[in-house]
Amino acid sequence: MSGTIDITINGERRAVAAGATLLELLASLQLDPRVVVVEHNRTIVRRPRLSGVTVTEGDAIELVHFVGGG
Amino acid sequence: MTTAVETLRDTPFTVGGRTFQSRLMVGTGKYRDNETMVRAIEASGAEIVTVAVRRVDLDRTKEAGVLHHLDPRKYFLLANTAGCYTAQDAVRYARLAREAGFNEFVKLEVIGDQETLLPDVQGLLDAARILVGEGFKVLAYTNEDLVTALRLEEIGCAAVMPLASPIGSGLGLLNPYGVRTIKRRLKAPIVVDAGVGTASDACMTMEQGVDGILMNTALAAARDPVAMAHAMRLAVEAGRGAYLAGRMPRREVAVPSSPREGMLD
Repeated sequence: MSGTIDITINGERRAVAAGATLLELLASLQLDPRVVVVEHNRTIVRRPRLSGVTVTEGDAIELVHFVGGG
Repeated sequence: MTTAVETLRDTPFTVGGRTFQSRLMVGTGKYRDNETMVRAIEASGAEIVTVAVRRVDLDRTKEAGVLHHLDPRKYFLLANTAGCYTAQDAVRYARLAREAGFNEFVKLEVIGDQETLLPDVQGLLDAARILVGEGFKVLAYTNEDLVTALRLEEIGCAAVMPLASPIGSGLGLLNPYGVRTIKRRLKAPIVVDAGVGTASDACMTMEQGVDGILMNTALAAARDPVAMAHAMRLAVEAGRGAYLAGRMPRREVAVPSSPREGMLD
């Protein structure tokens, strides 16, 4: 549970705590899970499951929300 | 604003099993600030409001997305797949949007050309097929080509959205015949999307008999977006009213409005 791992979040490489869940990851980024959708290695992870998925080295995560558009 | 008799004769606008009073739909992009956007949307009377799906800015998380400014209980949020150039990308964005959103509706865009932002018809049909199969209510942005519109209807799209002219161009309704023909031949609701520049464009578009209009830049890029939103609301109502009223036939020669009889010698 010590140390960090490298993952890619929204195309940026970031070091995060080893063993972190997706919910903990959102919290560390100060993101509200109610307004963000998480895609973990190309698979959408629904809100209730965010606390059950742990990130591992090399994971690709996309965090998206709604912005202005036409 | 509900005016006059014509409104009473009209049927409500129904798409994908949902019914709306307003036939004007608006986007949320390109406004100079959020307050102007909110006031313009209010002035437009629109109930359906489009949004896009994008990455969260990890360095500016406090300045969050559009939902901080729009009440999703007040507006029906219609997510788009703007910026997607392949069917695969559009499907990915639509799935994310459904997860982020409040409904299974998606405004499907698959773009085929960067300069004109005209749709990629093949990609559009492929993506529409997949999304309809997954239970989405697909509102498909397309060109004014009848055959593509017919195929989109066959696939089961909830609405077909032919363009008036290219996105953000403000060139108005370039092919009234094409749009009118699509409306005449399809049973699915027809909502003209993109290209309307000013009130007369909106009015003329509604006069073709289409079910509604979606616009964004015409409001956001107006000198006074709130005043333009109000004008567009009136224009959509006027155009719809004129369509329902049935215009007089066009004639090549004049016909006097005053009697020929009773003239002095």
